[in-house]
Amino acid sequence: MTDEPNAAPAAPGLAGLLPVALSAVLFAGFLALVPQVADGGAIRLAWDWVPTLGIALSFLVDGLSLTFALLISGIGALVFLYSWAYLGRKPEFGRYTLFLTGFMLSMLGLVLADNLIALFVFWELTTITSYLLIGFNHEQADARRAALQALFVTGAGALAMLAGFILLGFTAGSFELSVILAQGEALRAHALYLPILILILAGTFTKSAQFPFHFWLPNAMAAPTPVSAFLHSATMVKAGVYLMARLHPALSGTEIWMWSLTIFGAITAVFASVVALRQTDLKQALAYTTLMALGTLTLFLGQESGYAMTAFATFLIVHSLYKAALFLVVGNIDYATGTRDARILGGLARTMPVTAFAAALAAMSMAGLPPFLGFIGKELKYAGALAVASEPLVVAGAILIASALMLAVAGVVAIRPFWLPPGGAFPRQPRPAPWPMLTGPVILALLGATFGIYPDTLERALVAPTVAALLGSAEEAKPLVLWAGVNLPLILSVATIVLGVTIYAFKLRLRAALARAEAALPSFDAGWDRFLKGLNRVAVWQTRVIQPGVLRFYIFVTFVTVLIGAAGTMLARGALPALPSLSTVTWDGLALSLLIVAGAAIAAVTGSRIAAMAALGVVGIAVAMIFIVFGAPDVAITQLLVETLVVVLVAVALLRLPALDPPGTRDRRPRDAVLAGAVGLTVTLTLLAVIERPLDRSLTDYFETASWVEAFGRNIVNVILVDFRALDTFGEIAVVVIAALSAYALLRTTDKRRPE
Amino acid sequence: MNSVILRAGTRYLAPLLLLFSVYMLLRGHNEPGGGFIGGLIGATGFVLYAIACGTAEARRALRVLPQNIAVTGLGIALLAGLAAALFGDALFTGQWLFLGATETEKGLPLSTVLVFDIGVYLVVFGAVLTLVFAMEEEI
Repeated sequence: MTDEPNAAPAAPGLAGLLPVALSAVLFAGFLALVPQVADGGAIRLAWDWVPTLGIALSFLVDGLSLTFALLISGIGALVFLYSWAYLGRKPEFGRYTLFLTGFMLSMLGLVLADNLIALFVFWELTTITSYLLIGFNHEQADARRAALQALFVTGAGALAMLAGFILLGFTAGSFELSVILAQGEALRAHALYLPILILILAGTFTKSAQFPFHFWLPNAMAAPTPVSAFLHSATMVKAGVYLMARLHPALSGTEIWMWSLTIFGAITAVFASVVALRQTDLKQALAYTTLMALGTLTLFLGQESGYAMTAFATFLIVHSLYKAALFLVVGNIDYATGTRDARILGGLARTMPVTAFAAALAAMSMAGLPPFLGFIGKELKYAGALAVASEPLVVAGAILIASALMLAVAGVVAIRPFWLPPGGAFPRQPRPAPWPMLTGPVILALLGATFGIYPDTLERALVAPTVAALLGSAEEAKPLVLWAGVNLPLILSVATIVLGVTIYAFKLRLRAALARAEAALPSFDAGWDRFLKGLNRVAVWQTRVIQPGVLRFYIFVTFVTVLIGAAGTMLARGALPALPSLSTVTWDGLALSLLIVAGAAIAAVTGSRIAAMAALGVVGIAVAMIFIVFGAPDVAITQLLVETLVVVLVAVALLRLPALDPPGTRDRRPRDAVLAGAVGLTVTLTLLAVIERPLDRSLTDYFETASWVEAFGRNIVNVILVDFRALDTFGEIAVVVIAALSAYALLRTTDKRRPE
Repeated sequence: MNSVILRAGTRYLAPLLLLFSVYMLLRGHNEPGGGFIGGLIGATGFVLYAIACGTAEARRALRVLPQNIAVTGLGIALLAGLAAALFGDALFTGQWLFLGATETEKGLPLSTVLVFDIGVYLVVFGAVLTLVFAMEEEI
């Protein structure tokens, strides 16, 4: 699972810094919007996209989307700088940068979009770029598997979500989010509320890897480490959380919303933090703590209180800062030593003091120690949990367990590799990381400390506007303070630290116990493999049943279907036509009909294919003559020509076919005769039923008059083909070309030497 | 198929069929005919030639690959449709030019519709020959 960073530390071409500049400019641009948005002025931009469907390319910048945009562009700039040193010398760096830039722009589009359909498009773009980035080391089988798994899980959820979006759009009468958000009351009371909610949550839960869809995220760590830091921790996986937050004003406040988010969020948070402790790969441990964070964020979005929303907004920022920093730190460790195994690593503080410093700061924020922002985040989480109306103790308990385990994991990541003696030999002699790989972790870790000491800046600039976007008023936001006096959250914090340190002390024994428990429990990852295998088996089975490759079978099935569909409908409706009077029968019509019947009969009874072919040719020519008799020369000519060419083609093919019904085979003709007779009868009855109705001549009349006046042609058939309906004809001739080329390719790829 | 009579007959019949196919194409706007029918008749000429003298001979007489003819026809049809854009009309709107038109005579009618029909002719002609030649060579 390790990706291989640059062999040499030297910096590559300066062009690799372009995306850094792009994201830095974007970050500065978003930063400039902060004062306006903090004053309550949401910004909206819109262009028509598909006006007939009510789809617009519109963007909304409010507290929530601006917070996300700042995180995406800011962390993006640092990750691009990091990647430049980490991967810049690889030949695939150009492709990597393209994917990552594409991802960043789609992610920005996602959080800024004000239209459900536009949001969905950006959402899927992040899915696709994530797929490409997870599978970046495409020569490794597990990277390919992880990429496909992430694509399938999130893609399937997104399809459900699209259905939910469409229902939501039609229910609200608009696809504009700003319109939908104003209709919360009506939406919650609507009959379609439950389907909408379930479908949309299917999308957000898969994207944000909530239990039981969590298994793709740890596997996604097959991506290069900067990608994991950016996509699978700080930004993309938060898209689901973002959407739940975005729709919070419209959909929240019901029992079902509250319970589903609380339950799934709590299970994910506790489950993930327990499993995180069990991991020995540092990146995997961080991946599971990301799951824990996503669960916690989901849990808070289930609530309504100002405390919960403040906790959400704060923890969102806290987590992005420390988690991106820690992922980059792990990347540095990997770069320096060639391993990420917590059991081997140790003593690195001397070789990489700056990384150790950043790791310590970020880990203390993650552990929730004062004076870091993580501490404030944790206090708010407890306050938010205690404000939960229904089950405050359960929620607070879940957060207590999760936070204590986080503290232990923070110790595993930040203490063990740097300060304790190594547990084994490293794959390579440790080397210090170059400066671009230190900038990101240090800046992110320092931000965590700075905001911890001066929390009111962050509160005014981002947290309060985000709460305003969620609850409608910035007044609901609770203050961010380091010291709130001795209260229940503080006591819980102390309990967390004590519990966390205890867990850390006994982590080896716990890890062994967890490994045993994990081996005994069913694995979701293995279940996924079984599911895919089963899907393939079903596909093979149904192909064998529906596509046996016998032409007779296809024709049989087609005619049976026609018979059931047409005759069944006619019988069910009792719409059998009356027999027409024989007085309308003309002599030439009768003679041609007899010719057709005779040809068909000969084709059916003859034992020779050539004779059958010729007999069918007679049928075709008689049909052409009917067209002539009834005044459709164009159709007749076409029919004659096609008939001629078909006879040639089929005659060529017939030369190679074995004799009809070699002796010993069962004679299927009686069965076929019954079917053919029944189909013929049905078609006759259908035609009779059709001509019972008066002919609608309005189109004919229109073309008869317009053909000469508007298109200067007297042959209506041709004028329709090349003028009135030219676009249709163009489609048809395109099909003709494609069919000819495909048939040509098929004929040419069969091996001529194959034994007959 | 080795038949002297068929080969001798084809030598006269095939050019006639080709000539007739162009006639059918051009008269199609007012009388029965048009690109579809013309293309089929033209293809019949070469199919006959291939039956009488072999596909290799027919391919040599055609000089270009039939699939190239089909694709070229598709391109011509598309261009004829796009030409409407030059006159600010919707896609595939017919554009007409009556050369030498007077008060009483309408002159020589030229149009993008005719160009489109030529495209249809080439597509049908090329596609049918692609199929027939490939089938005959395969078997």
